[in-house]
Amino acid sequence: MAADAPAPAAPGGGTGRERNDGLWLTVIWLVLSIAGCLVVYFVWGPHLPPGGMSDSAASQQFDNRILGTVATPVVIGVLLYFGWALAFWRQKPGDETDAAPIHGNTRIAATWITVTAAIVLGLAVFGTYELIAPAGAGGGEGPQPIWKPNSSTILQVQVIGQQWAFTYRYPQFGGFETTQLELPAGQPVAFNVTSLDVIHDFWAIDLGVKADANPGVNNVAYTTPRHTGTFTVRCDELCGLWHGAMFDYGKVVSPAAFQAWARTTETRLASMTAALPPYSLTYDPTQISTLGKVPAELGLTGAGGGYYNPADPEQP
Amino acid sequence: MSLRARVTTLLIAFVLVVGGAVFAVIEWITPQPQVEDYTPYASGGQVNVTLQTAAQTTVTDKPQWVTYFVMDPATHQWVHTTYFKVPPATRVNVTIDGYDGCTPLRNPVWGRVTGTIGGVEYVNGKPVSQLNSWSGCNIQHTFAIPELGINVPIASPTTLKQNKNLCSTSPCSPSSGPRQVVTFSFVTPAQGGTYRWQCFIPCGLAYLDGNGGPMATLGYMSGQMEVGA
Repeated sequence: MAADAPAPAAPGGGTGRERNDGLWLTVIWLVLSIAGCLVVYFVWGPHLPPGGMSDSAASQQFDNRILGTVATPVVIGVLLYFGWALAFWRQKPGDETDAAPIHGNTRIAATWITVTAAIVLGLAVFGTYELIAPAGAGGGEGPQPIWKPNSSTILQVQVIGQQWAFTYRYPQFGGFETTQLELPAGQPVAFNVTSLDVIHDFWAIDLGVKADANPGVNNVAYTTPRHTGTFTVRCDELCGLWHGAMFDYGKVVSPAAFQAWARTTETRLASMTAALPPYSLTYDPTQISTLGKVPAELGLTGAGGGYYNPADPEQP
Repeated sequence: MSLRARVTTLLIAFVLVVGGAVFAVIEWITPQPQVEDYTPYASGGQVNVTLQTAAQTTVTDKPQWVTYFVMDPATHQWVHTTYFKVPPATRVNVTIDGYDGCTPLRNPVWGRVTGTIGGVEYVNGKPVSQLNSWSGCNIQHTFAIPELGINVPIASPTTLKQNKNLCSTSPCSPSSGPRQVVTFSFVTPAQGGTYRWQCFIPCGLAYLDGNGGPMATLGYMSGQMEVGA
């Protein structure tokens, strides 16, 4: 690298003493990198998204801190080399000679391959571990999740996407469905995400949870909220005219407050729950077995509109 | 090709591309439905807004599309738009003349009335808090402002005979077909703003998942409520 670059005369040209660019670059790079890494990890890191509202969010924030810290020396090295070249290695007027060739320099090639391979492979191992250890890291794991929280008291919450709103169903509380999303702090939550029409994406930003909502598919994601507060939910899959307005806000409350809210809501919505289809991991609204007499006489068999055909080859 | 010919070709191509983009913006993106301004007609902290649903839109070149109409508060004529403006911190008394037939909801949860004063709507004067579109023929569309938690299922004609004799020329009138009159009230936010509203029944028949056509075009089955002075 720089250590093998030709050492041009010092600017101002005149002492005849050659500057050791490689040494200078290495020293400056080391100092800046150490300072930069400390700033990124300890100063900037705690403010990186998605924050620490849940274990998956905290895990993702830790990942972002590590990735940012690892990237800092690389970025500094590139910028430093670029600036150094601009400052000291510019071609002088009238100088039409070529720079010294570096092809065939085994030391440079070996160093480059070793360092880059170590970074890439190290991050691959780190990324894999970070995906598995925190129970899927808040990402949708499909209908048969491999990585689950080690708990026997997982709160089940079904997320149902429809153009253009999310609704939430609580099967452990009679299966009531509401537009409000409330969760207890400290208890693992399993989001069972599905859709009634097109593909949406359930993104609870501050919780670090993100799972596609596919019609006819149950996509499971886990998290454990750490402390109370409000979080934002957005659809993160372009889903039509009002995609940009498909958002709402959820709440993490104390376990006691959650139990009170869930019991009250279960009672309050009892008559509505009775009109809902039985709780299921997926729904096909085009086939309604309980359809009334008049709709049936009108030739209707299900809800209006079509449905993403489960036999469609594009079915995820 | 000579330099002059190449430059000329390049200029023509540039003009065509830029012109096409400008045309697209002006013709297809910029136009918005007309806004019916109800704010001058507010009185005593209340304002009355009147809408209509129709099974077709014979006043446009999309006669097969279902649609909403908004009544012009000055002339009391129906206007093909879904944009209206109301004052902040005001009780809005909405009347919807429903002329379309019944369709089962994709999600029965939208059969529950939410966000209105008293948690009810009035169907032909009778208070209703919930309609079940799967067990009966009783919902044609919904009027929902998700950001304000408002959801109102629009009741439909209930009999087979009524549903086979719907109004066929819009805007509809009481003599042109069976009608259900739905009324409800809600209070607008004090801070103002623009709130989208929509129907939660994918009623764009013949479009993929029923969500194209009138569901995907402003001025038909969705619109905006502007809250401002």
